[in-house]
Amino acid sequence: MANGFFTDTTLCIGCKACEVACKQWNELPSDGFDFTGMSYDNTAQLSGTTWRHVAFVEETQLAAEGVDNRWLMMSDVCKHCTHAGCLEACPTGAIIRNEFDNVFIQPDVCNGCGYCVPSCPFGVVDLIGALATDGRYQTATLNPERREANETAVQANGGVAGKCTLCYDRQRDGYTPACAKACPTQSIQFGEVETLKMRARERVETLMERGVDAALYGVDEDTSVGDLNAFFLITGRPEAYNLPVRPVLPSTRQPAAYTAAAVAALGLFAAGLFIFGTRE
Amino acid sequence: MPGLGTSFGRGGATTFLQDLPNADCILIQGSNFAEAHPVGFRFVMQAKERGAKIVHVDPRFTRTSAMADEYIALRSGSDIAFLGGIVNWLLTNERYFKEYVTAYTNASSIVVEAFKDTEDLDGIFSGFHGQNTGTTQMSQMGGAEGRGDAGGYDTSSWQFERDENGTPRRDETLQHPRCVLQILKRHFSRYTPELVESLCGVPQAQFLRLCETLASNSGRERTTAFAYAVGWTQHTVGVQYIRTASIVQMLLGNLGRPGGGIMALRGHANIQGATDIATLYDLLPGYLPVPSIRRDEQSLAAYLKTNTKPTGWWANTPKYVVSLLKAYFGEHATAANDFCFEYLPQLTGDHSTIPMTFAMKDGTIEGYFVVGQNPVTSGQNVELIAAGMDRLKWFVNVDAFENETSSFWKREGADPAAIGTECFFIPAAMVLEKEGTMTNTNRLLQFHDKAVEPPGDAVSDAWFFYNLHKRVRELYAQSLDPRDRPILHLTWDYEHEDERERRRGEPSVRKIVQEINGFNVRTGEQLRSFTQCEDDGSTACGGWIYTGCAPDKETLRARSRTGDEWVSPDWGFAWPANRRILYNRASAAPDGTPWSERKKYVWWDAQQNRWTGYDVPDFPPEKAPDAPATSAHGIEAHSGSDPFIMQLDGRAQLFVASGLKDGPVPTHYEPLASVIENPLYKQQNSPSAGQWRRRDNPENGAVNPEYPHVLTSYRVTELSGVYTRYIPWLAELQPEAFCEIDPDLAVAQGIRSGDYVTLSTAAGEIEVRALVSGRMHPLRIGGKRVHQIGLPYIFGNFGFTKGDTAGTLIPFSIDSNVSIHESKTLTCALRPGRRAARKALPQDKPVPAGERDPSGQPTLHGVD
Repeated sequence: MANGFFTDTTLCIGCKACEVACKQWNELPSDGFDFTGMSYDNTAQLSGTTWRHVAFVEETQLAAEGVDNRWLMMSDVCKHCTHAGCLEACPTGAIIRNEFDNVFIQPDVCNGCGYCVPSCPFGVVDLIGALATDGRYQTATLNPERREANETAVQANGGVAGKCTLCYDRQRDGYTPACAKACPTQSIQFGEVETLKMRARERVETLMERGVDAALYGVDEDTSVGDLNAFFLITGRPEAYNLPVRPVLPSTRQPAAYTAAAVAALGLFAAGLFIFGTRE
Repeated sequence: MPGLGTSFGRGGATTFLQDLPNADCILIQGSNFAEAHPVGFRFVMQAKERGAKIVHVDPRFTRTSAMADEYIALRSGSDIAFLGGIVNWLLTNERYFKEYVTAYTNASSIVVEAFKDTEDLDGIFSGFHGQNTGTTQMSQMGGAEGRGDAGGYDTSSWQFERDENGTPRRDETLQHPRCVLQILKRHFSRYTPELVESLCGVPQAQFLRLCETLASNSGRERTTAFAYAVGWTQHTVGVQYIRTASIVQMLLGNLGRPGGGIMALRGHANIQGATDIATLYDLLPGYLPVPSIRRDEQSLAAYLKTNTKPTGWWANTPKYVVSLLKAYFGEHATAANDFCFEYLPQLTGDHSTIPMTFAMKDGTIEGYFVVGQNPVTSGQNVELIAAGMDRLKWFVNVDAFENETSSFWKREGADPAAIGTECFFIPAAMVLEKEGTMTNTNRLLQFHDKAVEPPGDAVSDAWFFYNLHKRVRELYAQSLDPRDRPILHLTWDYEHEDERERRRGEPSVRKIVQEINGFNVRTGEQLRSFTQCEDDGSTACGGWIYTGCAPDKETLRARSRTGDEWVSPDWGFAWPANRRILYNRASAAPDGTPWSERKKYVWWDAQQNRWTGYDVPDFPPEKAPDAPATSAHGIEAHSGSDPFIMQLDGRAQLFVASGLKDGPVPTHYEPLASVIENPLYKQQNSPSAGQWRRRDNPENGAVNPEYPHVLTSYRVTELSGVYTRYIPWLAELQPEAFCEIDPDLAVAQGIRSGDYVTLSTAAGEIEVRALVSGRMHPLRIGGKRVHQIGLPYIFGNFGFTKGDTAGTLIPFSIDSNVSIHESKTLTCALRPGRRAARKALPQDKPVPAGERDPSGQPTLHGVD
């Protein structure tokens, strides 16, 4: 059985209760107090310590009656991919697929090598690392277990990797993840992924009937990451929400990369033979 | 609250949030519903999912607008003209609900000949004499009929013609030139779509589309709900904003019906409860007025004579007052001593928070309690508040966090060495660290347990007042002076049942709730209903509207949590009498049958001979729909088809004869600080607006070219009070004070998003970060391009989120009906860059003699 999230952006009111509930339950510190000047988005992106992030997209167009405004809000989260780049890249086995089919980082196994960070096609995973040294812990506690692991790892590398656990601990006790629980408008729905997908497809049809340009992101798409266990209903283009149009699993580039490397090696070898072989 | 109170009879929201999904249309205006009430907004989203049309009217495109089907941008401060335009459209096009209006409102009542409208007198009503006579009753719960002077007006020319029984004369054909409907028609005839466009900045096509939407979603088969919050109340004419909306809803016939009504959204979890039991200076619990020396209420008889209404439910006033006095003074209150009525303090003027602040500044007031409030951030003219606190002898703050008020002496520019105020800080328990009740925006009383122990020395605020009185009482224990008797005779038996809590000195909240509910003095039994209250001293009741919430010693209905998908009568307890939709008799036609099957709610059951339905009927349960009025007194003066039982005539008031200080019908006035001249009348501002014209409270004035932009203030979802600024998870979401400006203005001034800018008014200047957004855009007002600037006011110097306080920019001015401040429509100047360092107001600079009024009382704006 696979559990996951269906995030319906047409129901999101941008209250950010999910961000706060996530940090509170998972005992994550704030990422600092920097005013961005970008709409109401001051946390800017997902990070090692921000596992839910509400994106705000402002669209303004001149219209007959003054101005036509759209303000899109989307609670972004780890996608828990069917084919997860981070999991493939992890050399220590710290990143696993758990019994709920969620991609989970074991903080006590992670050594902070950071291979997972560029391997995520969505830019979700990040190292908690740097925060440990610049004093920002004072503003909120990090879960002691994760802090200890992080402090060990930070000495060797950049600190442990952090991302959404899909509230593994809550799920094991039969509870809904904190963000879905806190969402006042059911924009974030948690459940068995196949059930969620059916609900989501129906929702798209309903919205289309109402004339809303709705589409699912991360479901029924033929991409190398496979279906996402945390998928989205969006209106308009994925780029507007800062989502890749066609996410690519880095390992799918490996054959091409190895071939290129082999061709280069062969070429060099041939060149070497040519240079050194004709000297005599 | 008098806006709803004078219109319908009670100041509370007429409906409940869980009923919003039944609406066919929801108009949200004067509220940023999604941001300020995100949890309640789920019911708007449910309505939308069921196909309701959601319309948001606001100066800013907010997260509420983003969710709405239609967003209408209007100029801040122009809502009466906008809503008045709807009234005019409904009347001109005959799109109002005629049967409802004729039967359930005072549309047919005939006004005396002496009445002159603002249309006749260029912006003032008949009876204006320009003197502020101090307190009038707040009329939270219905009009105070026939009282004379108010807010500069003698209201005798606003009355109805009456027959020998005191019943208003009526013309049921609605044709009499002096009947209310005809007066309304004439009054609003100039509020045309053209005027709405030029005054509010709303394109005519958009405005007309809204009118059509409202009308086609009202009537027998459909209902429209209105929702508002402090975007309507915090104006010098805020009460009249709500009155205009009430008139629209009356004309559409949406009161007392499912999916209809007016949802007054309260800003804080317990603001409704605080008003009910009773933090306002001029109200006793249950909306009974505090006696006033200006109304000559020095004996119980005199007080009851002024405050008991001949007809309607308020004929019961003596029962509630005597029962309250019995709850206060127990066995000491007897018929022989007027039930200790003389123990109650008497009002001598407006003692609300702003006049008291001026009195501090002028040295009249020496001590100050601030409990769960942070006026130096959330107030206006915060420099003046702080300067007033500098002059106090003592100051007590009960709060969970250090804040701008508790540490006013740390503010920028202040010299702590020069401040002699002795300060006490009492650490307070947060909500989950104490037991108690909260009354939410649904008038719903809910009890909560203590979840965790408060840290350190923190105690509940109930602890603070409970022990404060006990200690004061000890100091007077030996006194024989008659003037100390109120202290010694006060009942104060709230010992906690739990041994551990008792040792900590916490009072029993259960006992307090039981006293508010009321009991029979002889038998000790709890009252089940306020109909059991008596005026002979046999019952004690601390807050009659809550009676029934603790109907016996074991039960606290506020604890119950049995819900269904809708009315949920067993979830908590809603005052009065657990009614969820008020005036629900109006959900049935005059003959007692539902207006339609679709909008069925409460109806007459002819078999059982009683009212029945999904809710507790807000009507005498056995009075038949065709029952005539049987008496000239009390509730019997109403017929079986008069649904507004608190009102004198049992009807909703399109025209308010008494209870309002600034006019019987709403009129558009420009805000005190405006960018245009009033296009409707010579009278620029409301003549009844309360002002303090002093050097330490400077105002921008009308149409001042130095301050060309409209400024409006508000909160955001992420932050509320000071405690939220101490929570890093919230602080990182809105880390610094900012203002929202439109791209045109930003380009013109060379401002980029994220830059520091300085905002200034005559009262002061502040620096904040600029958030440049296309969600703000200039409006065309009377041929002029007007920029609106949005400014959240939650920021201060304590916590992780920091920034200047919006209150620095806002001078004190009030709606004289309620002493509520203007903070939503102001004018300001904007420049790029940061402000200069602050200097404190000089300590010893005397206020010029002519400007000084030790009582701190406001003067009226008066006639221009």
